[in-house]
Amino acid sequence: MATTLPKVDVVVVGLGWTGGIIAAECAKAGLKVLGLERGEARNTEDYLKVHDEYRYAVRYELMQNLSKETITIRNHRKMPALPMRQLSSFLLGEGLGGSGTHWNGHSWRFLPYDFQIKTMTDEKYGPNKLSKDYLLQDWGVTYDELEPYFYKYEQTLGISGEDTNPFWGKRAQPFPTPPMKKTPILKKFESATKKMGYNPFMLPSANLSEPYTNPDGAAINSCQYCGFCERFGCEYGAKSSPEITVIPTAEKTNNFEMRFRSNVVEVIKNGNKVSGVKYLDTLSGEEFIQEAEVVVLSSYVMNNAKLLMVSNIGEQYNPDTGRGTLGKNYCYQILPGATGYFDEQMNTFMGAGALGMTIDDFNGDNFDHSDLNFIHGGSISITQTGSRPIETNPIPRDTPTWGAEFKKNSIHNFTRTLGIGTQGASMPHKENFLSLDSTYKDAYGLPLLQMTYNFTEQDRALHKYITEVTQNIMKEMGAKTVEGKNPITDYDIVGYQTTHNTGGTIMGASPDNSVVNTYLQHWDAENLFVVGAGNFPHNGGYNPTGTVGALAYKSAEGIIKYSKSGGSLV
Amino acid sequence: MPEEKKNLSTRRDFLKTSGVAAGALIGGGLIGGLVGYNVNDNKSATTPKGTSPSDHTQHANAGFQFFKNNRDFEVLSNATERIFPKDDLGPGAIELGVPYFIDRQLAGQYGSNSKEYMHGPFAVGAPTQGYQSRLTRADVFKQGIEKLEEEANKRFDNGFSSLEPEQMDEILTAFSKDEVKMSGTTAAFFFRMLRSATLEGAYSDPMYSGNNNMDGWRMKGFPGHQMSYIAVIEKEEFQKIEPKSLGSM
Ligand SMILES: Cc1cc2nc3c(=O)[nH]c(=O)nc-3n(C[C@H](O)[C@H](O)[C@H](O)COP(=O)(O)OP(=O)(O)OC[C@H]3O[C@@H](n4cnc5c(N)ncnc54)[C@H](O)[C@@H]3O)c2cc1C
Ligand code: SF4
Repeated sequence: MATTLPKVDVVVVGLGWTGGIIAAECAKAGLKVLGLERGEARNTEDYLKVHDEYRYAVRYELMQNLSKETITIRNHRKMPALPMRQLSSFLLGEGLGGSGTHWNGHSWRFLPYDFQIKTMTDEKYGPNKLSKDYLLQDWGVTYDELEPYFYKYEQTLGISGEDTNPFWGKRAQPFPTPPMKKTPILKKFESATKKMGYNPFMLPSANLSEPYTNPDGAAINSCQYCGFCERFGCEYGAKSSPEITVIPTAEKTNNFEMRFRSNVVEVIKNGNKVSGVKYLDTLSGEEFIQEAEVVVLSSYVMNNAKLLMVSNIGEQYNPDTGRGTLGKNYCYQILPGATGYFDEQMNTFMGAGALGMTIDDFNGDNFDHSDLNFIHGGSISITQTGSRPIETNPIPRDTPTWGAEFKKNSIHNFTRTLGIGTQGASMPHKENFLSLDSTYKDAYGLPLLQMTYNFTEQDRALHKYITEVTQNIMKEMGAKTVEGKNPITDYDIVGYQTTHNTGGTIMGASPDNSVVNTYLQHWDAENLFVVGAGNFPHNGGYNPTGTVGALAYKSAEGIIKYSKSGGSLV
Repeated sequence: MPEEKKNLSTRRDFLKTSGVAAGALIGGGLIGGLVGYNVNDNKSATTPKGTSPSDHTQHANAGFQFFKNNRDFEVLSNATERIFPKDDLGPGAIELGVPYFIDRQLAGQYGSNSKEYMHGPFAVGAPTQGYQSRLTRADVFKQGIEKLEEEANKRFDNGFSSLEPEQMDEILTAFSKDEVKMSGTTAAFFFRMLRSATLEGAYSDPMYSGNNNMDGWRMKGFPGHQMSYIAVIEKEEFQKIEPKSLGSM
């Protein structure tokens, strides 16, 4: 029998960026907030001995323990889905800070085009640019409406950047801190792209260029370019993370409590409201019912969708009929790029997670797609994140992958190889969706989430086109050998790609085609909010978290308003 | 390590005084288990072509956490050395301690797949669905090593560790191309894992028993754990920096 616990104003499920932002804002507004997190507490002191590639980057120390819970995967509906037994393609977060602890810190605002993609694509290219199988839709908000929330997020994190990109949406304020250092590697990219007539600028970064105190009083230090950033926690407190910003902000109010090792298994629905959540203490196995006026799901794309599914909230998407919205529009990220082998040695092992330069000339609708068989594009960047020796063994394609030749080549190229990468947009397709698996279960007896996903014609065309662009830039940068990424075929769960999963609990202007409204309030339960990249109706040409953060701030505003007046916020 | 030296000489003395010809030691049992500690001047015709037994004597923490007999350990050692051989750039897998690294890993979380989803039902699946074996990494390594030995006997009528380097490569190539049958997993999968584990052992922090003396890092121009590059990151010239391990913090 579950023990029922006294009611709180807001219960937040998962304490990454989204949970942290909601908790901080609601607690500041005087609401009593409880955060339930399945993982453990952690903070800067836990990262002092973190420069350990094997433990953290290879064996995924800070990430989700799959022995308890994973997802199943299939490329299409005719294929039996099987569990993702090891982490690889994407790295799910766990513990205080979630993935925000070990992220890189690239901090973007999606383009104005993204939020009105359906309208703007139809206007410019007619309604048949993509086939009907692509479930393109507007987001229900515009860039201009989101602008203040974007800024709020950037102020909280202290984002370092420069407003010189001619293609992104208008910014009402400058970046909170100046851009990071422009290293010789970045300068190679800068001068090549300039020469080619493009518009390079410093990548907006959550590794801060200088010490900064945010409006809530949280201090973030300045980045040391230590090269152990992506997949690691920052031992300097210089990479903006929930545990050094929004979490202490929430704690300071005395309105916030955190419970760790608390795995939520159900959202309890009563009529058109929810009454709380059921969770397990993962140490004792005890079950609790936590009652709450407002429930916020901030447990990432996968579990936000899964918790709604196992709790029977909303209608499961059905690809045959097109009915149902839950699980719909699952998207990923398309990653065109090129590798360049140089003669000279470079300091590739130094760097920071978000140290880079970017061009947006091939992102969104910043270039004409009239004669192209795809829409959108991606931000093209060089990044200097710090190469590490276990995972960086660059060898030209015709080199053996082991033995004497391999050793020589991989050692030689370790400090002589650069990569250009693209965060390519991913368009929703009727056959790509999330649902519940009927065979496999998690440690708590719940069905695993099932992912049905494959790359589409749109993805392949985008990948091919942009890969060529990146190859040309790499040539211009002076590489003696340039290799473009292989054309994409089927989505493969093996090999890290990106933890930019989106969709499944999408937002929109109408309950007919979305799960939540533009405050991320559930259409079927007014006191339930679902927050994260799962809200994206498609994935844009940037890393997602800047946009996730802006939406979270908007949602927090909605929750506070709802707590006073109730009812639908739209 | 004075302690180690003393042990070595004790074993050497034992070998000398036991009256058993070194060649007869190969092949197991208590005495065979000491081969790993054999001496430099023991390059008789019967010494394996692969691991020079003396190669392991440098290792600070010799001893097995996972392996039980020396033969299996030598098969592993020789296979890793072929993947990452000693050359004019520097040491190979054996001198770097990679076999000991793998031994430790197989004995722990890595070997028992304790952070991975290991519930059935198990099915082969498509390659895009990744690892689907019911076997743990420890199971796969154990079987893989048996199969390397089996294949050596089949093809060359000799143990894997007694083969010429080219013969070892032939067998490893067959594994990498999935031409050898394994049970519950594939040879290609085992090979990929072996290759990854070899690189992990060559380049991880020395506290894991590989990357001996940080020579893996030194070869690669990787300075290991440095607190900060802020003062040098804008420099045009390549920075040669003496590596540091976490233990030196
Ligand atoms: C290596 C890496 C690099 C990245 N780099 C970038 C980048 O440069 N820029 C960018 O924009 N994005 C980046 N991302 C993505 C970014 O980290 C995520 O988009 C972001 O952190 C997601 O925040 P979230 O709050 O939605 O989810 P998470 O951070 O995943 O937090 C969800 C939390 O919920 C908890 N939880 C889940 N289920 C339950 C449950 N049932 N009960 C209780 N708790 C639960 C989890 O343990 C977790 O702590 C990166 C990701 C990775 C892995
Ligand atoms: S690169 Fe900078 S932000 Fe990243 S972990 Fe190192 S010091 Fe922190």
